[in-house]
Amino acid sequence: MSLALDLLTILAVSAGVFFFLAGTVGLLRFPDALTRLHALTKADNLGLGLVVLGLVFQEERLFAALKLITVWLLTLLAGATVTRLIARNARPAGPRG
Amino acid sequence: MVFDIGLALLIVAVAVWTIAARDTFAAVIGFVAFGLLLALAWVRLAAPDVALTEAALGSGVTGVVLLGASTRLRHAEISAADKKPGAMLRAAAAVLCTVVSAGLAAIVLVLPHPAPTLAPQAAANMAATGLGNPVTAVLMAYRAIDTLLETVVLLLALLGLWSLTPDPFWGGLPGRRHHDDPDGVLTFAAQLLVPVGILVGIHIFWVGSVAPGGEFQGATILAAMWILAAMAGLVDAPPVSRRWLRLILVAGPAVFFTIGLAGFAMAGGFLAYPESHAKLLIVMIEVPVTLSIAATLALLVAGPPERMPQQ
Amino acid sequence: MSDATVYGLCSAVLVGLGLFGLIVHPELLRKILAFNLIGGGVFLLFGVVARKGAAAGFDGDPVPQALVITGLVVAFAATALAVALLRRLFQETGRTTLRSDG
Repeated sequence: MSLALDLLTILAVSAGVFFFLAGTVGLLRFPDALTRLHALTKADNLGLGLVVLGLVFQEERLFAALKLITVWLLTLLAGATVTRLIARNARPAGPRG
Repeated sequence: MVFDIGLALLIVAVAVWTIAARDTFAAVIGFVAFGLLLALAWVRLAAPDVALTEAALGSGVTGVVLLGASTRLRHAEISAADKKPGAMLRAAAAVLCTVVSAGLAAIVLVLPHPAPTLAPQAAANMAATGLGNPVTAVLMAYRAIDTLLETVVLLLALLGLWSLTPDPFWGGLPGRRHHDDPDGVLTFAAQLLVPVGILVGIHIFWVGSVAPGGEFQGATILAAMWILAAMAGLVDAPPVSRRWLRLILVAGPAVFFTIGLAGFAMAGGFLAYPESHAKLLIVMIEVPVTLSIAATLALLVAGPPERMPQQ
Repeated sequence: MSDATVYGLCSAVLVGLGLFGLIVHPELLRKILAFNLIGGGVFLLFGVVARKGAAAGFDGDPVPQALVITGLVVAFAATALAVALLRRLFQETGRTTLRSDG
């Protein structure tokens, strides 16, 4: 049972790391601020979510697992807010600008 | 071990970026990242309380102050007299810094093994303090006078900061007024995050007596929540001349000092706790100290007053 | 070489880097950043000493760790005061470097 959980953790964390890598490559290679933000949100949401999922499999107590998921949700909120603020600064005129 | 070497190399790389970046804004971003990586290093060094403090204070709140400064100072003129120093000075500085680094590295490599340590004394006396977290025991019981003086130092820094106020704004409101945009994303995030953050801050302060945490980390989170609400325009700074604000600021050190003086009567020394009531006294000190430090940190970030209240 | 020694060498490099940045940059905000780098290195050195002092069931000597927490708080207060001084200098003179007379 614990072997299966360890395997799931390795799979989930590896997938999460892959998304972080993809997000970083996007940050370095995309041409302007908006596309870079788009790449970073993938790293934030999917990458961190998969890493947290992998860690949840290692937790024995429900409360600690819920705390990990709360960390992910709070990071989502903070990331989305900052992305919106930076995007509005990068192109303040709206869709036609 | 491999992870530690990798993390140490990454920390050095980000530090080099902070020193070598052309643009000051980029250097500040590098510094914030450096602080977060340093917090990871603290976890690897089995110091979770310090990791929390580094992430919150060293990287978070210091980053806010430095980012604000770097944007406000972006248009500063660099006159011709202040060109970067020439190659000779840079070479000499590099030699000096290499010598300093080599000296410190030599000290690190010849540290005694087994190292002298105060951990056995700390462990032996923890039962008397009623605490479960040794770092909190050191901060609030064994070296409580250091913590008392630290709160006073914070107040002195705030006094120094307030003394920089231009004459017309003496006693006014610190920081810019941020306008509340009811449909804005920052307002939404603040309305969601601030209640959660206040809970988390109080939890980290309270749990610090038995687990990693404590009053400085909790106070930093509380201060950060106020800063977030102020940036979203949901609250405005109070004028610094208000008496209730000044009472909150001095409440922590004052209670600390009073209980310290009472220690003469109760247990025979300054800041001595009678064994039966040690935990109660420590909690009685910690609550006002947390509030004072949160207010002081928030005001340190807000800066000197720059406008007068609307009449 | 143990784990803590790796971070000890890292802290030595950080102090050297910070000192270099402090000497070489003319802008005051960069000097403040470099000074914080030196502080980070010194605190890390404290942490290494604390880690080597693990005993009595603790993973680290709590006294240096408490000293570092105090140091971090005071370092932030000093940084905030330094930045306020820098902003005042900018308000008064429009420069962010110190004038070198003569």
